[in-house]
Amino acid sequence: MSDPKKETMDQGRRRFLGAGAAAAATIAPGVTLMQVASAKPDDQPVSDKNRWGLLIDTTKCASGCDACVQACNEEFNLQPQHGPRTDPHWIRKVEVRDTATGRTFSLPMMCQHCENPPCADVCPTGASFRRDDGIVLVDRHICIGCRYCMMACPYKARSFVHEEIPEEDKNVNAPRGKGCVEACTLCVHRVDKGRQPACVEACNGDGHKAMIFGDLKDPGSEISRELKKYPSTQIRADLRLNPGVFYKGI
Amino acid sequence: MKKVRYTSIDGRGGFYALLGVLGLFILAGLGAAYYMEHNGHWVTGMDNQTVWGLPHVFAVFLIVAASGALNVASIGTVFGKAPYKPLARLSAVLAVALLVGGLVVLLLDLGRPDRLIVAMTYYNFKSIFAWNIILYTGFMGFVAIYLWTMMDRTVRKYYKLAGFTAFIWRLILTTGTGSIFGFLVGRQGYDAAIMAPMFVVMSFSFGLAIFLLVLMAAYDWTGRPLGEALLMRLKNLLGVFVAGALYFVIVFHLTNLYATEHHDWEKFILMGESVHTKVFWLGQVLLGSLVPLGILYSKAGRSRAWIAVASALVILGGFATMWVTIIGGQSFPLVLFPGMEVVSSGYFDDVAYHTYSPSFPELVLGLGGVAVALIAVVVAVKVLNLLPSSLADADVDPHHKG
Repeated sequence: MSDPKKETMDQGRRRFLGAGAAAAATIAPGVTLMQVASAKPDDQPVSDKNRWGLLIDTTKCASGCDACVQACNEEFNLQPQHGPRTDPHWIRKVEVRDTATGRTFSLPMMCQHCENPPCADVCPTGASFRRDDGIVLVDRHICIGCRYCMMACPYKARSFVHEEIPEEDKNVNAPRGKGCVEACTLCVHRVDKGRQPACVEACNGDGHKAMIFGDLKDPGSEISRELKKYPSTQIRADLRLNPGVFYKGI
Repeated sequence: MKKVRYTSIDGRGGFYALLGVLGLFILAGLGAAYYMEHNGHWVTGMDNQTVWGLPHVFAVFLIVAASGALNVASIGTVFGKAPYKPLARLSAVLAVALLVGGLVVLLLDLGRPDRLIVAMTYYNFKSIFAWNIILYTGFMGFVAIYLWTMMDRTVRKYYKLAGFTAFIWRLILTTGTGSIFGFLVGRQGYDAAIMAPMFVVMSFSFGLAIFLLVLMAAYDWTGRPLGEALLMRLKNLLGVFVAGALYFVIVFHLTNLYATEHHDWEKFILMGESVHTKVFWLGQVLLGSLVPLGILYSKAGRSRAWIAVASALVILGGFATMWVTIIGGQSFPLVLFPGMEVVSSGYFDDVAYHTYSPSFPELVLGLGGVAVALIAVVVAVKVLNLLPSSLADADVDPHHKG
């Protein structure tokens, strides 16, 4: 259980940040850079008033840049072990060519945080689930390692932990263990504290600014405004899974 | 027709030798499972592309065959065919044994087999896998009751009801097994409603082939008479089932060939350069279907040895079918961008197909599952009165003209 003192401190900090964000919104309406204001306090349940999502601009995503991948690996301490075939890949870079036109573009692929996730549909124990705010996660306590979710995911977004994770590589941001399935958590540990996912932060830090994170249900959020203004699509939109990750320029 | 007398087998030297050999396979299988669990799945041929490997080929084959093995009993009870009735006890026991063998493999290949209790206590009722857990346990229960009504006169009045229930349950069970693949929307090789009935017909074929081999071995090794006419009935039925399964395979591929979006997948399986194309044509179609059909419906089909060869080939074809379905289905990369091509990827999206080489421990685990199924049958025929003392035609068929 968490320390009550720390909780109070966190709540204080949250109030301060929340007030700051509210002030920012008042001073410069519509120019909010962070979604801090919509982060929920730790003592309140996740709500479906938010739906967290990503907008990825493939015209800004640089070919050969893998800052997002590096940031993810660092955030969760995903270390290579026995080769790329079995190593965890929570996010990967993909270069695509349109065979009809010859146009190429680059994009990051990760768990698409579907509204109707096939992984959660097929999971026998309910270990794969979607939080009310749209983040798709694996409950490592009840995952039996059957890998049916990996068969069902149309994006190959999930990895099976093929080996023992050395004690020194274990990381507080996500529990990981041999024999369970895992995937991008949309940095839920950060999102719950009002921060951006590590990949988005890295992409912005690199100056590419190809990724926007935010609340798809908040019409005032940057992501919602961008989605309303410019055309975008979801990968395998034909499957009607309504992923929370949108792409521009595909 | 005389009254059928069921007796347990004597079980002398050969019996214990057989137990010993099967026991060794089981021990080896357990050792392989321990090795894979202890080290993690990286020591197997499986990876994040091919997440289900050879153990699943064995497990799904055994589970599919299990429901099919019950057919012989069902034909007697549900369809009232008298010559099949004396075979019903063995049919029921073989069905449960094959299911247990398959489930053992499936369980021991889990990432966390120690969490079996979680699988039994947490249910996501939208999951076809969760339904299957209920279908498997239900199958064992219903078939056990069915067997009880066959063996205990005091509950004989429930025999028909139990037989019908087990028959309907087994149809649902195989529908569930086929739907494990049929319900996968994201993969080209699956996502087809036909997979459920196709698996049902395949189960008829695989289950009967195993039943025939077990029956012939049991009667040969114990020196009990096994009638010619009865065997001819069974082998003709096997031919019908093999042809039926092949028909479903043809319809499955024809439907895909008609739809442009599936052309790449069909080209990969039917004309590709991967091992799956060879396994499909040589294993599933030629050796697993056409050759057995040729044997069963030619003069050779009158010989016991050839019937045994045909049955063994159907089983081989069954493994080939499961290989193509399970491994081949995963081998074809996911279509992430229809109409576009992935030029490069940090995670094998840019390959023509994913490769998979099964490791030795996976094979040993699979064979261990087969041994579990067989040892259960061998022990059952020793301790229970399952086998009629004689299956000579005059003893089992009221219409037999000697």
